[in-house]
Amino acid sequence: MSASSNYQQTTKNQKYLTLSGLEPLVVTPDSNFINVGERTNVTGSRKFLRLIKEEKYDEALEVARDQVEGGAQILDVNMDEGMLDGVHAMTTFLNLIASEPDIARIPIMIDSSKWEIIEAGLQVAQGKCVVNSISLKEGEAQFKHHAKLIKRYGAAVVVMAFDEDGQADNYDRRIEICKRSYHILVNELQFPAQDIIFDPNIFPVATGMDEHRRNALDFFEATKWIRENLPHANVSGGVSNVSFSFRGNNVVREAMHSAFLYHAIKNGMNLGIVNPTMLEVYDEIDKVLLERVEDVLFDRRDDATERLLDFAESVKGQKKEQDDKVQEWRSDSLQDRITHALVKGIDTYILEDVEEARLATSQPIEVIEGHLMNGMNVVGDLFGSGKMFLPQVVKSARVMKKAVAYLQPFIEEAKKAPKSPKGTSYWKTADPLLYGLMKAHAQKMRNQPTEAEVLLWNVLRNKQLDDYKFRRQHIVGSYIADFICLKKGLIVEIDGLIHQLPENKASDEERTKWLNEQGYRVIRFTNDDVLSNLDNVIERLKEALKVSPLGTEGAKSAGKILMATVKGDVHDIGKNIVSVVLGCNNYEIIDLGVMVPPEKIIETAIKEKVDIIGLSGLITPSLDEMVYVSKSLEKEKVNIPLIIGGATTSRAHSAVKIAPHYNHTVVHINDASRAVTVVGDLLKEDSIVYKNQIREEYDAFREQFLKRTKKKDYLTIADARKNKFKINWNTSEIVKPKQLGIQIIEDFDITKLEEFIDWSPFFRSWDLHGKYPAILTDDVVGTQATELFADAQVLLKRIFDEKLLKAKAVFGLFEANTVNDDDITISDCNAELDSASNEGTYTFLTLRQQSKKSEGKPNIALADFIAPKATNKQDYMGCFCVTTGFGTAELAAQFEAEHDDYNSIMIKALADRLAEAFAEYLHKEVRTKHWGYANNENLSNDELIKENYKGIRPAPGYPACPDHLEKKTIWDILKVEENIGVKLTESLAMWPAASVSGYYFGNAEAKYFGLGKIKEDQIEDYSKRRDISKEEATKWLSPNIAD
Amino acid sequence: MSKIKEELQKRILVLDGAMGTMLQQYNFSEEDFRGERFKDYPSPLKGNNDLLSITQPKAIAEIHAKYFEAGADIVETNTFSGTTIAMADYDMEDLVYELNFESAKIAREVADKFTKENPEKPRFVAGSIGPTNRTASLSPDVNRPEYRAITFNELRVAYKQQVEALIDGGVDMLLVETIFDTLNAKAALFAIEEVKEERHIDIPIMVSGTITDASGRTLSGQTVEAFLTSISHIPLLSVGFNCALGAQQLQPYLQRLSDETEFFTSAHPNAGLPNAFGEYDETPEQMQGYIEAYLKDNLINIIGGCCGTSPEHIKAIAEVAQKYEPRKLVVGV
Repeated sequence: MSASSNYQQTTKNQKYLTLSGLEPLVVTPDSNFINVGERTNVTGSRKFLRLIKEEKYDEALEVARDQVEGGAQILDVNMDEGMLDGVHAMTTFLNLIASEPDIARIPIMIDSSKWEIIEAGLQVAQGKCVVNSISLKEGEAQFKHHAKLIKRYGAAVVVMAFDEDGQADNYDRRIEICKRSYHILVNELQFPAQDIIFDPNIFPVATGMDEHRRNALDFFEATKWIRENLPHANVSGGVSNVSFSFRGNNVVREAMHSAFLYHAIKNGMNLGIVNPTMLEVYDEIDKVLLERVEDVLFDRRDDATERLLDFAESVKGQKKEQDDKVQEWRSDSLQDRITHALVKGIDTYILEDVEEARLATSQPIEVIEGHLMNGMNVVGDLFGSGKMFLPQVVKSARVMKKAVAYLQPFIEEAKKAPKSPKGTSYWKTADPLLYGLMKAHAQKMRNQPTEAEVLLWNVLRNKQLDDYKFRRQHIVGSYIADFICLKKGLIVEIDGLIHQLPENKASDEERTKWLNEQGYRVIRFTNDDVLSNLDNVIERLKEALKVSPLGTEGAKSAGKILMATVKGDVHDIGKNIVSVVLGCNNYEIIDLGVMVPPEKIIETAIKEKVDIIGLSGLITPSLDEMVYVSKSLEKEKVNIPLIIGGATTSRAHSAVKIAPHYNHTVVHINDASRAVTVVGDLLKEDSIVYKNQIREEYDAFREQFLKRTKKKDYLTIADARKNKFKINWNTSEIVKPKQLGIQIIEDFDITKLEEFIDWSPFFRSWDLHGKYPAILTDDVVGTQATELFADAQVLLKRIFDEKLLKAKAVFGLFEANTVNDDDITISDCNAELDSASNEGTYTFLTLRQQSKKSEGKPNIALADFIAPKATNKQDYMGCFCVTTGFGTAELAAQFEAEHDDYNSIMIKALADRLAEAFAEYLHKEVRTKHWGYANNENLSNDELIKENYKGIRPAPGYPACPDHLEKKTIWDILKVEENIGVKLTESLAMWPAASVSGYYFGNAEAKYFGLGKIKEDQIEDYSKRRDISKEEATKWLSPNIAD
Repeated sequence: MSKIKEELQKRILVLDGAMGTMLQQYNFSEEDFRGERFKDYPSPLKGNNDLLSITQPKAIAEIHAKYFEAGADIVETNTFSGTTIAMADYDMEDLVYELNFESAKIAREVADKFTKENPEKPRFVAGSIGPTNRTASLSPDVNRPEYRAITFNELRVAYKQQVEALIDGGVDMLLVETIFDTLNAKAALFAIEEVKEERHIDIPIMVSGTITDASGRTLSGQTVEAFLTSISHIPLLSVGFNCALGAQQLQPYLQRLSDETEFFTSAHPNAGLPNAFGEYDETPEQMQGYIEAYLKDNLINIIGGCCGTSPEHIKAIAEVAQKYEPRKLVVGV
């Protein structure tokens, strides 16, 4: 380039290696040895590799920060690992570093053997970096090409002593290669000489092989030569290599590193990769050891290696291989450690931290109210501001629960003995100094009881009063209590006349105050009370015993929230997530579980004085049930805000159908992350503003909604039938199933389902939105999604390995024809004729689209996909039910018992996915084998998910067939409950929840569609066909009825 | 040795002042911005100052002439936002080449006219390369620190297009300026090196960073020295600072820069710090006073003005610059 020679000006520092992050680093002859931090290297640190693999970049950043704070002046970043997308990892990590000023302060060493990773790093670093490394290994052309680009990107470069013939392993080869590299760089490419850092290869010594004897010496000499003969060039190396043959013997290794470094620096090495924790101070090396090490380094004796080995034997095990350096956060303050553990969801150390906190506080409850809640508040804030995602919060909750569970026995204990003055066993409540004296006095008192004391003791002794154990004349501190129930911290004093005197009264007050401070409540009766009105005294005692001991009430919660999945519905993943999230935010959750009848909701709400009622449901009949609950609440004059959530719920439904029936606030919550805000708004002091605002919003929304829906045009059901979806039955291919009738699959090998899993809905259930697998690399939720996915894989493997879930299925294929436009009659020729009055024939009722379509578009019903009886063609269809839910509830309960909400929710989410996968799998089996109309089908999972196959498997309760009542027909036909045990609830939800049922349609033209809204004339027609009242029909189909 | 370097050894060169401040006085309406050619353009164009080189070329030429009359040796082309990235705001990515080419041509013609009138004082055109409106080393989203709204490669491609058009239009040098993210500047320098190599040409490059505030760092967090280290791998004509600060506030950073670099130095500070109304109200006399302090300390080779400066400011600066010797380069060890 002609430019270079024209410009002689350079920065003053240019003759010294000058690098920069946010701040400059100038390597002058006066500089001390420049230490390169090497823990952010996936090839060198297993921990860092794991963090990057799991996309735990936050923790990976902590490793970097650790390096900088530990004194690294350059940060080596290496992402060379086969399983990693190195370009992505390098880019992401360096971008993240750029956002951390205390890390970005120092220059980066971009370390890779792959050019594309190096270039990716160079493109995201604003400072002047070092590239590590290039060499002549692949020839001069590539070497020059890379060097030229490095110069243009503005970086320095490490040049390995490596050429086309291999790695330099002796003095001459080192000199030869470095000299040649230098010449090309400086003279041909005008690469600034001071930006060259040679790595003349540090190799192990004392390996027992003769050709390795000069390894250190050759390095020293080559370094010296480079510094003297190649102006301005620098020398670097990875020091730990030298001691490779002494792995496991840190005493010797550390001495070798120090001695090697000492001499290498003397010879001119000015940068290097050294692990500071693996370094002994040169002057403190045992003199004998040092001598033997230096004998080896300088190849001073033929038996140098043997002598060092001998010495090594003698010190082996003196120092154990150091444990992984304790993570930096472990040295933070107690509160910071607890907060860190909660925010990061790390439960490794939580018990020891909680124990430390417990010992530091006077009451175990204070650990929950203080340390733990402080941490959870941080979690709440981060989640609220979108900086944490749902799976993380659930993990935080897991840590919290573990901590609380650990504290629980201590809290119980504290309830038994609220405060023992010297921390001794709870019954030893006396002041030890006075104990001896008082013991005698107490015994005397016991032997000389007053009349009133005798009377009361007769009632209290031997746990007669509500099973509470009382002691008499019990020494507490420097006082003697007349009676005491230690468990409840209740002291009963019976005052004789003497107490009525003023000086005694003052002393009693003092004594009560002291006792209160120690956690005891004192109840006083006069002799007269006991003697003349014992019944009243006993009543008052019973009352007093009901109250919790002082200082042991539960942590003050932010509010009480009742959560329930409504009657008839069994789905609770979403509800559980919301419960966990709210629990994390210090709300007390009363979870009534699934299939909760309205009476129980109301009763509990009133009894427990809850602040908010949360209703959840997934299937459409639950929508109606929620309306019913809200009406019942109104009837009972309950005055508690209602929050509504679940997959089929909507703001529209809440505003239009629920809010008008309930005078108090109704809010729809579409995802768990909103729950905290909404609940917070509902419970804050001036919540009336928020409540009014919600009410207005919903009123306005309802008005608008009602107006909008009225605009749609509908056909009469008769006209809609005329415009049915037409299949030419003369030409349409009908395949007769290979095997007609019902088949049952039991003990199915569940592992076969893995490849059929559609993961995208799994992430959705955790509020992470995006398509699998792209979601794993998503900019926003990618890290979380990857972590969640990894956790799911772990549990899935357990499910498979330990056969935790049972998969069962029943399906049948039958002769079928459409009759009267919308009904399909089927007959099971194998059915035992005497078993049913219908003689093996059943009717599926289908519903028809009624909204007015554009020209040429049909009004579809599922019946259109089956040949009408009138065609005289025998057609076929099928139905099925699969489940993978057996075992789920038990596992979830087990996880809950272990305070592991995370996995409790996870198992349900996975069971759901497996059920869907089973449905997909079975459909494939049916298409290709049992029915056999698609023998040649060969689709990938992706194509299966996209439903690229021939034929459909619509499910009752879903858009093509919103009518849940059809499930009853399927249950009748397949004897589902008898055959595989899956039950239907009164709202026709399936139990276990991880079940799927539906029909099979095999016609090539059959397709999925949404029914949309239907009109009253069809309801009327349908109710006659179903032989139910119009009201009942309306109830079941209401979500689909046009207003 | 290029003409400009000869001149730089003789005297302190004066750069022009603000273009935007001058354009405000014309009070151009949306119609004026559009002109005949873009009257039906689908997006609003008012505020696209670079576009005026096509729709109001006379005004641009007039402003250049005013600065030359005031005593400037170098004017900057009206191309501060002349990249596809910045022009995306106006849906005018396709116009980038033409904008730069025309802007360079206008400045070239005016400069040549002045040089012809007074050959003793040759006038120069610097192709202005702005920072674009995106940052390659900062995330615009605090919640996604790993995210970037623009990549090095996207910047490189955009800058390359601008550089080629400016060179085709006849600029004497390139001025990569108002650098608040060094990585953006590195992409511009990378692009310039590519063009130089492909065309077998050499063209002087001026680099001018921006110290955002009293922290003494660029927006992307670098100190003066780190910034200098990060851009010195390319042979530069000059390195300096502009914008964000007034002449007075800039002085300590210029001092550090001048101490550390062996390139020529430049500065084009704002007319003070903006007042409560966002206006710059430092008078030419005040600014002259502050700049004289630079000159006394021998910090500067090229001096001009940025936001809020007018031909009067430049006249005052040129007057005082005449009186002092240029900063001498210290040749490296």
